[in-house]
Amino acid sequence: MSILIDKNSTYIIQGITGREAVTMTRELLDYGAKVVGGVTPGRKGRDVHGVPVEDTVRALTDRMRVDGAIVVVPPAFAADAILEAVEAGIKLIVVVTERIPRKQVAQAVEYAQQEGARIIGPNCLGIIAPGKSRMGGIGGAPEATRRAFVPGSIGVMSRSGGMTVEISNALSQAGLGISTAVSIGGDAIIGSTYAELMPLFEADPDTKGIAIYSEPGGRMEAELADYMQQSKSRLPVVAFMAGRFMDAMPGMRFGHAGTIVEGRADTTADKIARMEAAGINVAERIEEIPALLKQRIG
Amino acid sequence: MRLYEFEAKQVLAKQGVPLPKRTFAKTPEEAEAAAAAIAGPVVLKSQVLSGGRMKAGGVLFADDPQTAKTHAATILALEINGQQPAGVLVEERRNIAQEYFAAVTWDGRAKRPVIIFSDMGGIDIEEVAETHPDHISRTTFSPSRPFSDYTAKVAVASVGVTGNELAPLTRIVAALARTFLQYDLTLAEINPLVKLDDGSIMALDSHMDMEDEARGAQRTLLTELAIPDSDTRQARPPTQFEIDGALVDSADTRGVAGRVVEFDGDMGLVIGAGGGSLTLFDAVRGAGGKPANYCEIGGNPSVNKAANLTKLVLSKPGVQKIAVMMNVVSNTRADMMARGVIKGCLDAGRVPADTIAIFRIPGSWEEEAVKILQQYGVEYVDRTVSMHEAAGRAVAKMGN
Repeated sequence: MSILIDKNSTYIIQGITGREAVTMTRELLDYGAKVVGGVTPGRKGRDVHGVPVEDTVRALTDRMRVDGAIVVVPPAFAADAILEAVEAGIKLIVVVTERIPRKQVAQAVEYAQQEGARIIGPNCLGIIAPGKSRMGGIGGAPEATRRAFVPGSIGVMSRSGGMTVEISNALSQAGLGISTAVSIGGDAIIGSTYAELMPLFEADPDTKGIAIYSEPGGRMEAELADYMQQSKSRLPVVAFMAGRFMDAMPGMRFGHAGTIVEGRADTTADKIARMEAAGINVAERIEEIPALLKQRIG
Repeated sequence: MRLYEFEAKQVLAKQGVPLPKRTFAKTPEEAEAAAAAIAGPVVLKSQVLSGGRMKAGGVLFADDPQTAKTHAATILALEINGQQPAGVLVEERRNIAQEYFAAVTWDGRAKRPVIIFSDMGGIDIEEVAETHPDHISRTTFSPSRPFSDYTAKVAVASVGVTGNELAPLTRIVAALARTFLQYDLTLAEINPLVKLDDGSIMALDSHMDMEDEARGAQRTLLTELAIPDSDTRQARPPTQFEIDGALVDSADTRGVAGRVVEFDGDMGLVIGAGGGSLTLFDAVRGAGGKPANYCEIGGNPSVNKAANLTKLVLSKPGVQKIAVMMNVVSNTRADMMARGVIKGCLDAGRVPADTIAIFRIPGSWEEEAVKILQQYGVEYVDRTVSMHEAAGRAVAKMGN
């Protein structure tokens, strides 16, 4: 099993005729993901690698089952695209676009919650269930993707798209492999946090442990620590904390939009202390993650 | 991006928030004239983006225009945390009976805006949260619905405020919340918000941060405040090296080779992507290396963009070697990065084999990259060498 997506999941791509979206469409199809349609206003009737293009999301959902939407439109149009997908009844929306103002993200997230839809991202590379399906550019070309993401037992969640791939690659090399990897996004407001995705991994019998990548800024790690203490989770969690140098540089933004130290709770020191108190192992180096997980899984 | 106090107060004034009489002055003479116009005791406040200006001596009091002029000269010459003040705010001095704290910011857990209110204003709010949790309230509200005043009332009343103060405080906090939503702020703070000895309530100090991504949408306000696009308003002003880095990035729209931040070490870093750069910067420091810079490569930058970034890093005095490292990449082409950094070295008159301490960009087009690097004798490692190990090897080469 996997979480969020499976081999029969069907997707549409909003903004499918953009340069990077065309490449993504090719890579997704080659990986075996079921991309059933795309939307670009004014491009109705065209196709991208055989995938039909429509002007509206409704034009696709009216005639086929659509499990998920991948949003790759420019930031000025991204919130509108999310609302259109939610309104059309799509329940899983991966938002790749970065630089969307957070008020618009929060408005879209609120609407999605009301309609029972889930948003992953913004500012993410997407989701992969190795060997089954993939939603977003995560991993790149199919061959490189298969190399970095071997099917296995670890769930990965990361605020960095690139580090989702790096950590998954380390777990694949170490023989543990990946059940599902989710690039949750680097923004201050994101659709799904670690703690919100944990119950899905809990319910997945194939997932035996969790690896997360975290960084300064926000309260997501504190929320995960609270979840671990309250839920009595069966899953061992190993975290990696980047950006430790930022603790001494308050007010400076590095990496992602959500990565800034504004108060004590934003520092890596505070986050590490909270996670360790909740029984989460914090690795010093990426290569320690597989060994720590192996110890904990037994 | 951060607004100066005088700008934040301009924004509050537009919303009808009561404020002390004030004038923004850029010279001691202007400050003297402002104090004369106020015709009473004044406070002079350094206009810097950094916090801690009271402790640094950036806030002084004057009872007459002559003293105001002398104090303004002192403040205008005082650098605070590396920042020259943009000017001095001359404000009437009022007698305070009670201080409150009001702020609106984003709550990443609730994914909604949150009002933070306290009747213990004027001091570090994180300290209040720890030592007097019953004197602080957190009240989230919808980012989509028009803001309704009752939410502000709940925030204020939750810490025990009632009677004559509740209505005026509610109006001000509601105005703050509307300001926050209307102008795409990430922080709108009034601290202290005060009750004066005559019972009236006003905002004495204010702090606002606007979302960088919303600068386009907020052009009208930024024009009104006369803030040009070139004014980045980060926690510290950019160095020339950082300004040049931004130019390298903006000269070509393909991919990212930017967010260059200068440090005082000798090891040049050409690293990526967002999270990878944070990881690698820590790894270099953990191995005892002294980075000359931070940067981020992402997406798929052109050969020229990578070359120009490399050249820029090598232009920094004392930088003999660079480390070129990324996490396992999805859409950055390793071969284009290899071509770019080699071109950058050659353009800078350096020998690539002596200059590039290590190259680690595993992922697409890796085989092509290896061929190019081998041709120039540059040390290359693949994904079997971890980011931390690669950083360690690069640091070990720094002595040679």
